[in-house]
Amino acid sequence: MGWTTTPEGAAPKSSRSGGEGSMVFQAWRRYKKNKLAVFGLGFMVLLVLISILAPLLAPHDPFSSIKNEAGTLDIMAKPSQEYLLGTDSLGRDVLSRLMYAGRVSLSVGLVSVTISTVLGVLLGALAGYYGKWTDSVIMRVVDVVYCFPVMFLIITVSALLKPSMFNVMIIIGLVSWVGTARLVRGEILRVRELEYVQASKALGVRSFTIIVRHILPNIMAPILVQATLMTADAILTEAALSFLGVGVQQPTPSWGNMLNEAMSIMVLRFKYWIWLYPGLAILLTVLSINFIGDGLRDALDPKLKGRK
Amino acid sequence: MSEHLLEIKGLKVHFPTGDGGWFGRGRQYVKAVDGLDFSIRRGETLGIVGESGCGKSTTGRALLRLVPATEGQVLFEGRNILRASSGDMRGLRREMQIIFQDPYASLDPRMTVGGIIGEAFKAHERLSSREREEQVQELLSFVGLRPEHIRRYPHEFSGGQRQRIGIARALALRPKFVVCDEPVSALDVSIQAQVVNLMKELQQKLELTYLFISHDLRVVKHISDRVGVMYLGAMVEIADKRELYANPQHPYTRALLSAIPQANPSRRRERIILQGDVPSPVNPPSGCRFRTRCPEATERCALETPAFKDLGGGHRVACHYR
Repeated sequence: MGWTTTPEGAAPKSSRSGGEGSMVFQAWRRYKKNKLAVFGLGFMVLLVLISILAPLLAPHDPFSSIKNEAGTLDIMAKPSQEYLLGTDSLGRDVLSRLMYAGRVSLSVGLVSVTISTVLGVLLGALAGYYGKWTDSVIMRVVDVVYCFPVMFLIITVSALLKPSMFNVMIIIGLVSWVGTARLVRGEILRVRELEYVQASKALGVRSFTIIVRHILPNIMAPILVQATLMTADAILTEAALSFLGVGVQQPTPSWGNMLNEAMSIMVLRFKYWIWLYPGLAILLTVLSINFIGDGLRDALDPKLKGRK
Repeated sequence: MSEHLLEIKGLKVHFPTGDGGWFGRGRQYVKAVDGLDFSIRRGETLGIVGESGCGKSTTGRALLRLVPATEGQVLFEGRNILRASSGDMRGLRREMQIIFQDPYASLDPRMTVGGIIGEAFKAHERLSSREREEQVQELLSFVGLRPEHIRRYPHEFSGGQRQRIGIARALALRPKFVVCDEPVSALDVSIQAQVVNLMKELQQKLELTYLFISHDLRVVKHISDRVGVMYLGAMVEIADKRELYANPQHPYTRALLSAIPQANPSRRRERIILQGDVPSPVNPPSGCRFRTRCPEATERCALETPAFKDLGGGHRVACHYR
């Protein structure tokens, strides 16, 4: 250490370098302590791998019925060596369909949440930073969208348009941005008054630059948590729509439309393998994502712990 | 060139409270700053003192248009900056800067020191990243930090060092005028002196004009040329530093000064202890704002607002009985 250079000498924590890297590392250390969150992450990694590798892993073609040696369809066959999870009422392999359905759920979750997060962050940021009438207009729109019974809106819209996976993604994305918008607006109202934002304003930095460079990076944590939790919602909504027949259409498998078969009392009572596994898949996926969301919240911002 | 760098005329900053019901009818306003008149001379340090909530910080921020002024004029070299277009204002921002109180809140935790200070150049000058880096390094050594600190994050520095970073950022564009908003209040006493002396040194080198806001009367006495005393959104007294500390006129100034701890305990002075609390700035008292706590208040104080009159030699005071 030089004696003549700086009046206050070296920085107190000079041995530790790379602030950003250590922040991520610390967050991961806190995340690891939450066993449920680690389980959720593990399950989701597995699910993503299975979905990506579905064509390689699936034992049968998920789209067509399977004929047995006698030349008839193997309809509602019990789980066996050949069909690990049985076959459905059209004689298609449940396990293969389950794997392909994972692709549907994950893409719906990912795409619709991307749409809603981009929209929500954009509109929330405009409302929060510019205030005044911009704020009033955007927040009134948010109130209106909030009041809509989303399920019925989606059912109506997807019945009017042609029901498809693509439409489901877009519709879910377009109605679920309001939560993010409110969150982002609130966070911006808080961060906007912080002194480092005021300092940039005093330097003459443009508002847009201030939002992008100073405000958004500092509110990434709650946005990320919100997006995670919304993924679970989106997957659930997709399942519900497909179950009702206005979402993903046959023959494309989706956990929701696989459950649809359980509407038959015969299937529900005697052919448990047709509905049990898609039901479990939805349950475990939604739970896992929620665990991840909770874990992220605690890991990224220890101050928020315990708040819902 | 006029003697005054900055002239403030009838400055008012009112903040609406709550939503005031439908269409803002019956909305109430917090009168954070309510009619300020003073001017700042080129190259001087004007200290502003007053207790928490008297509008010191709001005044400083209104001068830079960080909070919108409700009424009045702020003339910077003769131009009213409250009326300047946003384009003109960006140019003016080069000339007027601010140093903040909290060295922890005033630096973006996710940016390196180079990014924080370099932002000033990014906003106003077309420099290559290499040139920008050189400028920042030069500034760092100018405020007593090391050039290699440029890659570090704010959390790796001590409070005093962070405040030096804040000072470097404020001075990056070579401003003429700097608002110092309690720049040393959050620091240890031992570090306070270093930072204050650094600021004095920089003032001489760069011919800066300071508006030094503080609640610490001793720090203000050390750094200022003139001192203004604020109470409840208005200035009650302003004078040359020596004159104000030796010969305070307003009863509020006298009470404030009597609260400074004495270095020599045998030289006891009478403490003037004010009764009651500061009234709400939503509904300030009629007439003289200080009358509710003033030991000398009379009926006239409730009826007439005292003028901010000159007692000679630039010593101005807002009291009927001086």
